[in-house]
Amino acid sequence: MSTFDALMGGFATALQPGILLYGVGGCFLGTLVGVLPGIGPALTIALLLPLTYKVPAAAMFVLFAGIYYGAMYGGSTTSILINAPGESATMVTAMEGNRMARRGRAGPALATAAIGSFVAGTIGTIALTFFAPWVVEIALAFGPAEYAALSVLALVAVSSVLGNSTLRGLIALAVGLLLGFVGVDLQTGQPRLTFGAAELLDGVEVTVVLVGIFAVGEALFLAWQGHFADGEVMKLSGSVKLSREDWKRSWKPWLRGAALGFPFGALPAGGSELPTLLSYYAEKRLSKHPEEFGKGAIEGVAGPEAANNASAAGVLMPLLTLGIPTSATAAVILSAFQGYGIQPGPLLFTQQSGLVWTLIASLYIGNVILLLLNLPLVGLWVKLLYIPSQWLYAGILVISTVAVYGAGNSLFDVGMLFAFGVLGFAMRRLDIPAAPLIVGMILGPLLEQSMRQALVISQGDWGTFASRPLSASLLAIAAALLVMPRLVSMLRKAPRQESPASDARQ
Amino acid sequence: MISITRRRLLIGASLAPLAAALPRMAFAAPMFESINMFIPAAPGGGWDGTGRAIEAASKSAGLIGGFQFENVSGAGGMVGLPKFVNQRKGMGNALLVGGSVMVGAGIANKSPVTIKDVTPIARLTEEAGVIAVPASSPFKTWKDLENALKANPKAVSVAGGSAGGTDHLLLGMLLRALKLNPKDASYVAFSGGGAAIAAIIGGQVSAGISGYSEFAEQVAAGRMRLLAVSGNKRIPGVDVPTLKELGVPVTAANWRGVFAPPGINAKQKQALIDYMTALNKSQAWKDIVAQRKWSDVFLAGDAFAKELAEDIAETEAAMKELGLA
Repeated sequence: MSTFDALMGGFATALQPGILLYGVGGCFLGTLVGVLPGIGPALTIALLLPLTYKVPAAAMFVLFAGIYYGAMYGGSTTSILINAPGESATMVTAMEGNRMARRGRAGPALATAAIGSFVAGTIGTIALTFFAPWVVEIALAFGPAEYAALSVLALVAVSSVLGNSTLRGLIALAVGLLLGFVGVDLQTGQPRLTFGAAELLDGVEVTVVLVGIFAVGEALFLAWQGHFADGEVMKLSGSVKLSREDWKRSWKPWLRGAALGFPFGALPAGGSELPTLLSYYAEKRLSKHPEEFGKGAIEGVAGPEAANNASAAGVLMPLLTLGIPTSATAAVILSAFQGYGIQPGPLLFTQQSGLVWTLIASLYIGNVILLLLNLPLVGLWVKLLYIPSQWLYAGILVISTVAVYGAGNSLFDVGMLFAFGVLGFAMRRLDIPAAPLIVGMILGPLLEQSMRQALVISQGDWGTFASRPLSASLLAIAAALLVMPRLVSMLRKAPRQESPASDARQ
Repeated sequence: MISITRRRLLIGASLAPLAAALPRMAFAAPMFESINMFIPAAPGGGWDGTGRAIEAASKSAGLIGGFQFENVSGAGGMVGLPKFVNQRKGMGNALLVGGSVMVGAGIANKSPVTIKDVTPIARLTEEAGVIAVPASSPFKTWKDLENALKANPKAVSVAGGSAGGTDHLLLGMLLRALKLNPKDASYVAFSGGGAAIAAIIGGQVSAGISGYSEFAEQVAAGRMRLLAVSGNKRIPGVDVPTLKELGVPVTAANWRGVFAPPGINAKQKQALIDYMTALNKSQAWKDIVAQRKWSDVFLAGDAFAKELAEDIAETEAAMKELGLA
């Protein structure tokens, strides 16, 4: 019961009016930075770091918790409404969510994202409260070999986002993998594909590519189409609320998304993109309406969005129990701890228990605030679509440019943003899907680096991937997922081919 | 959306500086009206932390009127450095935060602009490297690890930061001191300290190298065991021998300091050195150094420049041996 008591103590602190105000402010600011393409929670929290000299620690971490969770909620909004995901984690949400919006179902898409975020965020926070130490021990069993196997498994799941034409999807994937190789190679320190540009030594920023291809590309595509005023983009019809049918189709994906997202957050690499991708893959496979995928299936919004928020809770596990940051945001929160002279580590829970439990309590409170904040906003957000699209997209262009410039203070990044915008436009014209490109950019380096790390450890023995039980199981699952559907369809086809012959004989 | 978000954006943007400026106490005659602080790294990192700490201490000691910060991140400072050199040339109130990482990054990337192109003002802090093993490791002492390395360096995987960084260089120098070929090092590079720590405490690698502060909490919790430290002296309060004591003539430390742009005159340079000397003596700075567990290795002006030149030469030699330069 001591966990429960400690949590109650945390609630007592976090609910003090002065501190709660920081929480509300954080949720509001977080939703805002989530909505704006290109500005993420990591950058926002980093910009607020100087406040650590002025604001008490408890209030500061409650503020950060609000921003962190708020950004996860807000990120789905622009993805769904205007197909401009600001973070790679919400890209998968955009795939089905934007299709729903185009069919006039923006309201239910936003609602299932908001409620799913709440459900998964709360499940994730409960799991963080009670199971963190155990889950972290499991995560530590993952070495480089397991990451390589996990990346292979995720590559199988990429098949679900390739789109109508496998060839076009694979072209996008290949371009993404190539972009992932740009920069100084981690294992040898040698620059690759940088063409002498110092700005490319750290590689190409995923956010710049994402915002360029989606937001800028979409704006260019609309400009090219030329017919703005007729409001062609999206028409609203039907209720903004979830129907009984929507609820029925959403709750299982929420739970599955939460179950997938939380453990991935705990892994010291893997981030929030892998679980959203795997959730999408799972929902597409399990759905009773697979034909709706690609045209706006609500499961494809509910699952990945839940996975995204649960992984946000999962990320805090290794941070709070071991002092290990597993995402950019966690790394910035870590340096905020250090700003207060607190070294986050395995002893944090014992030495700073008051602060830690206030932070965890504020995550529960933040989830409730965000649900209350976001559900009424659904009605407001969908009205954005009444704004003439030339205004809307001009605004998006301005915000994307400012955000990308502000993140790195670099005109080079702005140039890249527009270069990728042109690429995004070309891809729209040629009907090449954008999601595989982003996935390739994320998975490529993870697969390459972890494979090489594993091979250094095993002194070059490839058997390491098969001899380690965890890695071998992951590879076996990947192989099964790849082979089974084809095997099943072959077995089904086989008797059908026989039947005409037998008919003829009769 | 546009009207709403723009308004909120403006509110949000105006909040941060307002809050940062809250207790601006008036002191008589600051040494500089304002300082342009250039951080060639992202907010939240080590250099940024040093820069913000300088700001906080200078303000509470009344040394400086105000600060403007600019962060340009990338490639161990190699993206920001040319920008600082070009844009701040001859400016007497501009400072750059940098350190040993910048030395190695300039050599590894064969960058046209390096740390040699800025004016050394002062070295402020340093942190010794440590060699650690997982708590469950069969290596109980440095001798155990040394014997394993001598038997077959390739079988001892060592985790650390990116290839060519301070951790990698320390391993290379260790192998050379043990009369082994540095190129045989089984070095596993991880991006970011977190991933390396997870690999070490999870027993995925035989050993790990990093700055002491990265590992301190894991050691305190009994998940890691320190075998040796790379500084000239033992870390205060940490009962771990130095490599020198163990008969391995290797010292290395990750230092941080401040630099002025090129093209400033002797008077401007002296003013900045005086400012840093005053900062280093202030109680506010001492408090921050103690709180962050940094070690104060203040060294200013020409003495610092001389040490820096030696550091660059040593790093270059070590990187050549690892096949990185």
